[in-house]
Amino acid sequence: MASLKELRSRIASVQSTRRITSAMKMVAAAKLKKAQDAAEAARPYAERMERMLGSLAAGISGDGAPKLLAGTGKDDVHLILVMTSDRGLCGGFNGTLVREVKKKITSLQGQGKTVKVLPIGRKGVGLMRRTHRSLIIDQFEELVKPVPAFDQADQVIAKVMELFEAGEFDVCTMYYNKFISALTQEVTPLQLLPFAVPDTDGSEGGEGDLAAQYEYEPEEDVILESLLPKNMSVQVFRAMLESFASEQGARMTAMDNATRNAGDMINSLSITYNRSRQAQITKELIEIISGAEAL
Amino acid sequence: MADRVSFELVSPERLLVSEDADMVVLPAEDGDLGVLAGHSPVITTIRPGTICMFEGDKIAKRLFVAGGFAEVTDERCTVLADDAVDIADIDKELVRNSIRDLGEDVSHAKDDAAKSAAEMALKVAEAKLHAAESPAYA
Repeated sequence: MASLKELRSRIASVQSTRRITSAMKMVAAAKLKKAQDAAEAARPYAERMERMLGSLAAGISGDGAPKLLAGTGKDDVHLILVMTSDRGLCGGFNGTLVREVKKKITSLQGQGKTVKVLPIGRKGVGLMRRTHRSLIIDQFEELVKPVPAFDQADQVIAKVMELFEAGEFDVCTMYYNKFISALTQEVTPLQLLPFAVPDTDGSEGGEGDLAAQYEYEPEEDVILESLLPKNMSVQVFRAMLESFASEQGARMTAMDNATRNAGDMINSLSITYNRSRQAQITKELIEIISGAEAL
Repeated sequence: MADRVSFELVSPERLLVSEDADMVVLPAEDGDLGVLAGHSPVITTIRPGTICMFEGDKIAKRLFVAGGFAEVTDERCTVLADDAVDIADIDKELVRNSIRDLGEDVSHAKDDAAKSAAEMALKVAEAKLHAAESPAYA
């Protein structure tokens, strides 16, 4: 049985923990709102980029397609980008993602492919390094700071392009946490290279005919050559924003749980504390009474 | 409205302008491109320069873009800009300073990649200053 003093100090320590977690929860909630707005604001660009690329890619297909669109024609070497957070205390946010990636790596290696990993975010670097140290070719830490910006996505893509041009990989896939709601995220793979032409749904069929009539200034392939890397940056940027919003959501949920847990702990500790205090009082009373009776 | 172009300017971070205009002049790769309603569909790259939105024969708004892409169809004109700012909001002093800094970057660049990146940035900054000092179609 812990002494009263020990119990008191434990209650005090759990109380201060609760204060911290509830403050973190509120900070995460405020950041989540901002992150969601940012993700919302970035959507028009990505949508229009997709529309433009759709009509361009429809015009160019087959032999004349640039390497970025067609790929290298092999899929022997896979590059996997792992988009994680820089900071912890966000529940299973990074763990789930990394677990999924490791499963993928194992299955790719099982098929005899070579896998290279490029983690983004300090937590991902740490988690990947533990088991797959030899696969990591480069890493980005503290990139998303304080909020995702487009230049940061550009940096990542510059690196990826450099590797692609050096023939370091054939297929590039990015894994990130897609924002579903504040409570749920979903690990989502996104193929960056070679570029997967977005499926235009049936309603845009009319626009598809129109697409063929576009004039291009300068030539189609010149535009495509600069548009494709730009599009990859946009995809990465979008994933960054999603991932950032997910991180805040995950942290908010984790901290909410922690706060509630601390509350429960304080309750049960207080009950134990009160009981043992009462027991001690009763014991002292019995001692006094039996002492008096003995006289 | 049939005789007006619906113009949209988007940067990766957000939608900057979504308005109708009588005419929009874009700094396209091979020279300025005036877009009226009913323009034939064009996709073009944009050089660093000024986008002018016309109301009647007056310029309602001038915007500086650092580069990007434009898509024109018969009723709309969409610009995907790398970076865009209203000419009125440009701080000339700031741009002059950055031109000086970038000039140093170019001469101190360690390798070709860094040098060409700095040169690109310098070109954009010079175009920005030029746009702010001597407005296009004034």
